[in-house]
Amino acid sequence: MAKVVKFLQGNESCVEGALIAGMRLYSGYPITPSTEIAELSAERLPRLGGKFIQMEDEIAGIAGAIGASLTGVKAMTATSGPGFSLKQENIGYAAIAEIPLVIVNVQRGGPSTGLPTSPGQGDVMQAKWGTHGDHPVICLTPNSVKETFDLTIRAFNLAEKYRTPVILLTDEITGHMREKIEIPDVSEVEIYDRKVPEQGADYKAYRIDEGDIVPKMAPFGGGFRYHVTGLFHDETGFPSNSTANADIMIKRLMAKVEDNKDDIITYESYMTDDAEYLILSYGGTARTAKAAVKQLRSEGIKVGMFRLITIWPFPEEQVRALGEQVKDILVAELNYGQIVHEVERVVASKCSVRLCGKANGEVIIPSELVAAFKEVL
Amino acid sequence: MNNPLVENYFRMDKFPHIWCPGCGHGIIMAAIARAIEAKGLDKDKVCIVSGIGCSSRAPGYMDFNTLHTTHGRALAFATGVKLANPELEVIVIAGDGDLSAIGGNHLIHAARRNINLTTICFNNNIYGMTGGQYSPTTPTHDKGTTAPHGNIDRPFDITQLAAGAGATYAAKSTAFHAKQLQKFIETALDHKGFSMVEAISVCPTYYGRKNKKGSAVDMMDWLKDSFVDHKVAEKLPPEKREGKFLMGEFVNKQEPEYTELYDQVIESLKK
Repeated sequence: MAKVVKFLQGNESCVEGALIAGMRLYSGYPITPSTEIAELSAERLPRLGGKFIQMEDEIAGIAGAIGASLTGVKAMTATSGPGFSLKQENIGYAAIAEIPLVIVNVQRGGPSTGLPTSPGQGDVMQAKWGTHGDHPVICLTPNSVKETFDLTIRAFNLAEKYRTPVILLTDEITGHMREKIEIPDVSEVEIYDRKVPEQGADYKAYRIDEGDIVPKMAPFGGGFRYHVTGLFHDETGFPSNSTANADIMIKRLMAKVEDNKDDIITYESYMTDDAEYLILSYGGTARTAKAAVKQLRSEGIKVGMFRLITIWPFPEEQVRALGEQVKDILVAELNYGQIVHEVERVVASKCSVRLCGKANGEVIIPSELVAAFKEVL
Repeated sequence: MNNPLVENYFRMDKFPHIWCPGCGHGIIMAAIARAIEAKGLDKDKVCIVSGIGCSSRAPGYMDFNTLHTTHGRALAFATGVKLANPELEVIVIAGDGDLSAIGGNHLIHAARRNINLTTICFNNNIYGMTGGQYSPTTPTHDKGTTAPHGNIDRPFDITQLAAGAGATYAAKSTAFHAKQLQKFIETALDHKGFSMVEAISVCPTYYGRKNKKGSAVDMMDWLKDSFVDHKVAEKLPPEKREGKFLMGEFVNKQEPEYTELYDQVIESLKK
């Protein structure tokens, strides 16, 4: 099959990406503005021999996806705002039990029911800290329909590679925007599948074999009978109350992301080489940021843009280096200040850090951002 | 002490179990193992899923594909397992609080879908793991640590709740009636569709002490004396039925099963 050109919404391209990545089960609950992801999955999956299920609530939505993943099937769930809150406990479960899956959150205005049909980026910190306890987090955020496609595939690949839930944090802007997109043939796409033990192998569900980053994952029903729990467990998978074991386990969980940041982190630097000022943004808002940078450059101001593509783990080194290079970083985000605090922490007063934030359901428009930028001059 | 059942179906190195002396849960867990043995199921193809609570620790002792999930969510995880791989025989073990309070929504919807899951509820009428709080099956007026002045809630009948929600097999037995319980579990394993087997257990440590129910033996005697098959009860004069609880098979019918219906959708799209 050759490549296909389509005119799609971000939510639709997410499903296209998921199918190419190998998603064969979707388990979720309808919620605006993510519902198109469920609708298209329901239409397409059975045609590929896959399964779709509309569960009774958001919690069951993620639980079903985790259960499916344990049988060796790539699974996804998608939600927005309130649904993301409801899924938090089971995100932590997937993190500690090391079960790959993709959770899409098409962000809308919050808190609570908030602004269901309007964009927001207020779930960025929730994506990192929403579930209780320390846990590894991988969170990606696209700014276009094509990038939603690409990052959905990448989200599946990272989930499989690191045996962890991966959050694809989009927003109502990218979710509902339509753009032209070329969908490549599956043979042209890099797909990563989890490593499984060979038949008859001496298998321990949570032991890392030589040369592996994470433990191999046997599918339920594949002949390896093992135990999966959300309790702290040893390398056999059975619960352990030993603090020494808990220490080993949490360090390993955190390290699998922390030690592989170079592989996980991607970003876009735009006109930063000679930049004296920086606008830092992500997701749909980064489109405004780029327009503002172009306008300011046309006025002769040396400003660049840094766009987070991987939000978590945060690209500390890159942002720290830019903080040493520029006089000021203006963070543009659709909330009352979330990533701005992360930037402040990382640049450690090497330059000034300001916020252009908004949380009323409107996007930030370029003139607004330009005006906010010029306050520094 | 060689017991082939224990050696074949349990993880010997995980014993002793965490349950209190006199707890009824071990009898119910053994009934499940006996039913699996009687049906000759392939251990590699059996998946046992549980939530959180005393009974939910059972899968850790059982030598199958075992999944100890979050509180109340066993049926939702199990639905994903079963839908993704219908070849697996998926058994759900859940306590009364886990299944009918925090997990109540999942119970009624799994029953409504008629997905082929065999659910065994270990009902001890109390939250044991957290130390004796009243549950949705604690009888009215009984005491729990959170009902120190007596429970004013009305209890659920979990078997009837599942039946009302569409379970195509629903039966109730007790830890005392272990043979009958095993038979019901066997029927549930054979049954294609959502099956609910409620096993009334005993919690001498919390429910028993709080409510002055006597020793573990006294509580087992109480199960023996209080539960009567609903078909037998129909023929009893009213004075003999008073104070009795009904057990037995309440629903056993065939209706289209969820994963088979989904497979039909897949087939229909191939044409």
